[in-house]
Amino acid sequence: MSIVLEAKNINKYFKKPVLFHVLKNLNFKVKTGEFASIMGKSGSGKSTLLYILSTMDTDYEGQLFLNEELVTGKPNTLLSRIRNKHIGFVFQFHYLLSEFSVLENVMLPAKKLGVKSHSEIEYDAMEKLKMLKIDQLAKKRASRISGGEKQRVAIARALINNPSVLMGDEPTGNLDSYNAENVFQIFKQLKEDQGLSLLVVTHDIDFAKRTDRIIQMEDGQIINQ
Amino acid sequence: MTNWKVILGIAKTHLITKMKSTTTASLGVTFGIGAYITLVSFMTGLNGMLDDLVINQTPHIHLYNEIEPSEQQPIALHEEFENALNVVHSIKPKQSQKKIHNALPILNYLKETGNVKGATPQLRAQIFYLSGSIELGGNLVGVDIMEEVRLSNIQDYIIQGTPEALKNNNSGILLGSGLANKMSLSTGDRIQVSTIKGDIFPLKIVGIYQSGIADIDNIQSFTNLKTVQQILGEAENYVTDINVKLNDITEAATMSRRLERQFKVKAIDINEANAQFETGSNIRNLITYAVSITLLIVAGFGIYNILNMLIYEKMKDIAILKATGFSGTDVQLIFMSQAMIIGAIGGILGLVVGYGLTRLIDNVAFETEALPTITTYPINYNIMYYIIGISFALISTFIAGYLPSSKAKRIDPVQIIRGT
Repeated sequence: MSIVLEAKNINKYFKKPVLFHVLKNLNFKVKTGEFASIMGKSGSGKSTLLYILSTMDTDYEGQLFLNEELVTGKPNTLLSRIRNKHIGFVFQFHYLLSEFSVLENVMLPAKKLGVKSHSEIEYDAMEKLKMLKIDQLAKKRASRISGGEKQRVAIARALINNPSVLMGDEPTGNLDSYNAENVFQIFKQLKEDQGLSLLVVTHDIDFAKRTDRIIQMEDGQIINQ
Repeated sequence: MTNWKVILGIAKTHLITKMKSTTTASLGVTFGIGAYITLVSFMTGLNGMLDDLVINQTPHIHLYNEIEPSEQQPIALHEEFENALNVVHSIKPKQSQKKIHNALPILNYLKETGNVKGATPQLRAQIFYLSGSIELGGNLVGVDIMEEVRLSNIQDYIIQGTPEALKNNNSGILLGSGLANKMSLSTGDRIQVSTIKGDIFPLKIVGIYQSGIADIDNIQSFTNLKTVQQILGEAENYVTDINVKLNDITEAATMSRRLERQFKVKAIDINEANAQFETGSNIRNLITYAVSITLLIVAGFGIYNILNMLIYEKMKDIAILKATGFSGTDVQLIFMSQAMIIGAIGGILGLVVGYGLTRLIDNVAFETEALPTITTYPINYNIMYYIIGISFALISTFIAGYLPSSKAKRIDPVQIIRGT
């Protein structure tokens, strides 16, 4: 089975307010089609790791491979392009652009990619929304829908460019149990139906237990994977 | 790769959802540019009018004979006293005539010279105007009236009668308007003039001349050159002044130096004669630009402020755009294009407002004794000012947008996303 994401000897330091060794020599791999979760206490460095894996944080030591290609040290514009094309991101707080409609929010990354025509993108976006059963919200303003709906819109946006891997930073952390379960089912379905690779940072032990693999972190080290 | 469609789409959405800020920022630019166009058009219009008032009545080169003491006294030519200290007391100018020596050949020469549009002879005589018991001192200028009409805009200042009427009447006079008022005379009346020697000549008033400058209108009148020559009892070659109009005014200074040497007469060019008007115009222009630039800088700060606030408000949006694959440059372009859209809309509106205001001013009645040809406030519609205005709007909004948008470019999405 091929490897979608690989981290080699990742070290990260916080320089302010005092020098602090956050991530200590991390090594791990995520296989294609795998649903992995990262667990750990607050301050164990799991979110920090996720932001490095997402290519947004470039201030680290070590090497990061995406689809078996080295991404460490690439220029920012290229990293933006990689994020755009290969990585879908879902945050704890929905982070939709509130002035735009739901449909526009979902379409935006594909428009930035600029490969497909406007009508194709719109069709794709509607398909994603239908898959997540929120197509009836397409024309609503992003600020006018509920929290659970927002998170589903964010997932649809993360999926629009058919990424290699979907990353989540506490995607259920801000949702009630009903909506949290809903999101989990969506993730599971994406993995099973489409073979999508997922990497999710979570606090929720019940959520993590149901994933394929748990990467346990403590004090900047992986203690169990 | 820059996807302009997406970037402009986002910029447009931001501007439309923040309609109030957008309007405020655009109006700042509109007022700045509008005020600039209005001020500069009005000010330069006024400048042009004032320049016309004086400069149109001044020949490009004026030739005359100045009475002045010789620069070299005879003793300086004496070899014996070459190295001595010579003291000459009580130097007086040489007795010389007012007329230009060889005036007619000079005139002919000038008329055949390239770049000369025309040269007109004038004869200025000191006389007294007599009407009943009133006796007023003044000038009588003998001119070739039809040549003057061709070369200067003297006809604009003839408020009654016509130049032709003077040409057709050998004893006609175009009386200064101040004189006409003082002596209660009008066209068709008769007036007597007396020379310094005491000879009296009757003249018929064929028109009234008003230059707008009271000092001139109170003493000066025009008549035919021949009439003045007759009054003074002089020959037909007796001419005291020659006025030269050039095709290219920039050559006035060099040509006047050349004529001075060539004909041993005094030559004054237009710049020399009107240096103070040039200074006045420059200072007025300076004030206009100082005020306009101040207005535009204020508008620029408004845009800077509003964009800064917008970026602060949109921190999360910027983070999410960057997380989903927009580069820092894309984000900067989104905010830059907002600034430029504000600048362009505000600037164009400003040009329209400026044009409207100047049209309004242009139609306001402005009648004054001093300026017979002006009926409304003068406005200078110069396309250059509109080009400068829109360029300034775009440049100032570019600068005002550049600083905040660079900040947006540098925002670290991780910090924003972690911060919540």
